[in-house]
Amino acid sequence: MDWGLFTIQMLNGLQLGVLLFLLAAGLTLVFGIMDFVNLAHGSLYMMGAYFCATLTQLTDSFLLGVVLALPLTALLGWLVELIVVRALYTHDHLDHVLATFGLILCFDTAVDYIWGPTGMAIPLPDFLNGQVTLFGGLEFPVFRLVIIASGLLVAALLYVMVAHTRLGMLIRAGASNRTMVMALGVDIGKLFALVFAVGAAFAGFAGMLIAPITEASIGMGNDIIIVAFVVIIIGGIGSIKGAFVAAMIVGLIDTMGRSFLDQLLKVFMSAQNAETSAPALSAMAIYILMAVVLAFRPQGLFPPKVR
Amino acid sequence: MTSLFRTGLPAYAMVVGLLFLAGLPVLAVWADNIFLIDLYLRLMILAIAAVSLNLILGYGGMVSFGHAAYLVVGAYAVGIPAYYGIYNGFLQFAIAILASAAIALVTGAIALRTKGVYFIMITMAFAQMVFFTFVSIEEYGGDDGLVIDTRSEFGGLLDINDNFTLYYFVLASLILTLGLVHRIVHSRFGMVISGSKGNDRRMQAIGFPTYRYRLASYVISGAICGYAGALLGNFTNFITPEMGDWVRSGELIFMVVLGGAGSLFGPVLGTAMFVLLEEYLSRITQYWHFPFGAMLILVVIFTRGGINGMFRWLGGRIGLGARS
Repeated sequence: MDWGLFTIQMLNGLQLGVLLFLLAAGLTLVFGIMDFVNLAHGSLYMMGAYFCATLTQLTDSFLLGVVLALPLTALLGWLVELIVVRALYTHDHLDHVLATFGLILCFDTAVDYIWGPTGMAIPLPDFLNGQVTLFGGLEFPVFRLVIIASGLLVAALLYVMVAHTRLGMLIRAGASNRTMVMALGVDIGKLFALVFAVGAAFAGFAGMLIAPITEASIGMGNDIIIVAFVVIIIGGIGSIKGAFVAAMIVGLIDTMGRSFLDQLLKVFMSAQNAETSAPALSAMAIYILMAVVLAFRPQGLFPPKVR
Repeated sequence: MTSLFRTGLPAYAMVVGLLFLAGLPVLAVWADNIFLIDLYLRLMILAIAAVSLNLILGYGGMVSFGHAAYLVVGAYAVGIPAYYGIYNGFLQFAIAILASAAIALVTGAIALRTKGVYFIMITMAFAQMVFFTFVSIEEYGGDDGLVIDTRSEFGGLLDINDNFTLYYFVLASLILTLGLVHRIVHSRFGMVISGSKGNDRRMQAIGFPTYRYRLASYVISGAICGYAGALLGNFTNFITPEMGDWVRSGELIFMVVLGGAGSLFGPVLGTAMFVLLEEYLSRITQYWHFPFGAMLILVVIFTRGGINGMFRWLGGRIGLGARS
């Protein structure tokens, strides 16, 4: 086995895991605290990427683009909560799914109208654009390392916020007993709006990080949002820790499966069979994992303690 | 016929609807607009799928977010034999129904152990598996899809290469499906399904193994949808895994809810509204998805029970038809 390739793919898996975590964090908070299923979370990921692309063009600086696009995405999330989501808290999950499905259509069309049907590339500044030499002479793009590092940093910040601040305390309290928090005089509506906006900013940040590699395109959130849902269900809905662990597992399994499953299968079956079945199996791997988790631990790996 | 009234929509609305569908080819020829036949063929095939989804979603409360997968399975049950030169329609449709039923049995057995949003997500996960399976089989075109060069042959009984024949074949299938679902829903079996939607624990307490009943209804629903998929494959002559994308499954749910889940004819109305809006909005503007999505949001926020509920409300106002 090629250990150099193995290491590179581990890093790529980690990078996917980090991106998934950024998406899943907002999704799992909104789901866990407000009991709201938000399919349109992927649209916020897309909008973050487009905001960043435009602002990078205007300011000629990727970093400035990210810094300006973040509050913009949060603002958009806040507006979405105010206009659409707020009216739906009292409805059931099916209604959430349908309404946010409508939101996806609206966002995709709006992007088509404003930015046109072709994608938008985001040029990276020189200091992020090179390759870095890892141990053993392996080359790895600097920017991918930056994605991993900034994702881990955000995860740490989020942990501190949820576990050690007053706001985090209110969020956790809201998740376990909404009525009691309201009775104690907390404006739960404001709390919900805040959590939604923060979740939107995280999703947008993930979009900004991936866009320089894949470019911002219409519907870019529609595939990854499903994987993010897989992550929060495996991790346990409402649990940040679960989302983190599951995002890493899913990112690694998906990436490693795509690169090494055929070699693994060749141990058990003929080379030809292995090569035909490996792509299908590796694409399915994360869904199989989710089905297994749901069949044996219906609440996910780390369900929040009090519900 | 009185039992039809209990499903909400006045029975004559359904009769009028079906009569309209029966007369449409004549209208299309008279108006010299053959395209109408294609439009309504697609509408009716999707309506069969929506009616099948309604059996579990509307009556059983099982929100399957992966029903489009059975459309794909059904379509490939026509496409793959045709790829090998087997055009026997009886065989193809049998494969479509049996394969869909088998997949529904296996996935349903696992999915029905979960509830609520977990059920939504696990059915979607299984649909994604089906999707990726067909994407990765290069032999049958993978991502690019598969052309069906010859439609199913029914040994001289019926020649569906003729679009008029296909039209009436599909219409008959739709009516049969409606009849079948009507019979199921009003049977003891259907009562158990509805009862389990209302209060599963109580149904179990009075001695029904509801899991088995729900699984059986899930399998029936999948099989009907697979049949619709076989029709769809024959109609389009070109099939891709894209037909089973999760967005398609979402659209199916929307058709059911728009028309009114849990009423016999509602899904047909919902599908009609969906397909016709899609068709005519897209002629007005290329950005038709925006008003369409906005409408979806408004429907969800402001109406409960879809257009069917609206009709019922109107009917109650002017003293017509259905009173439950």
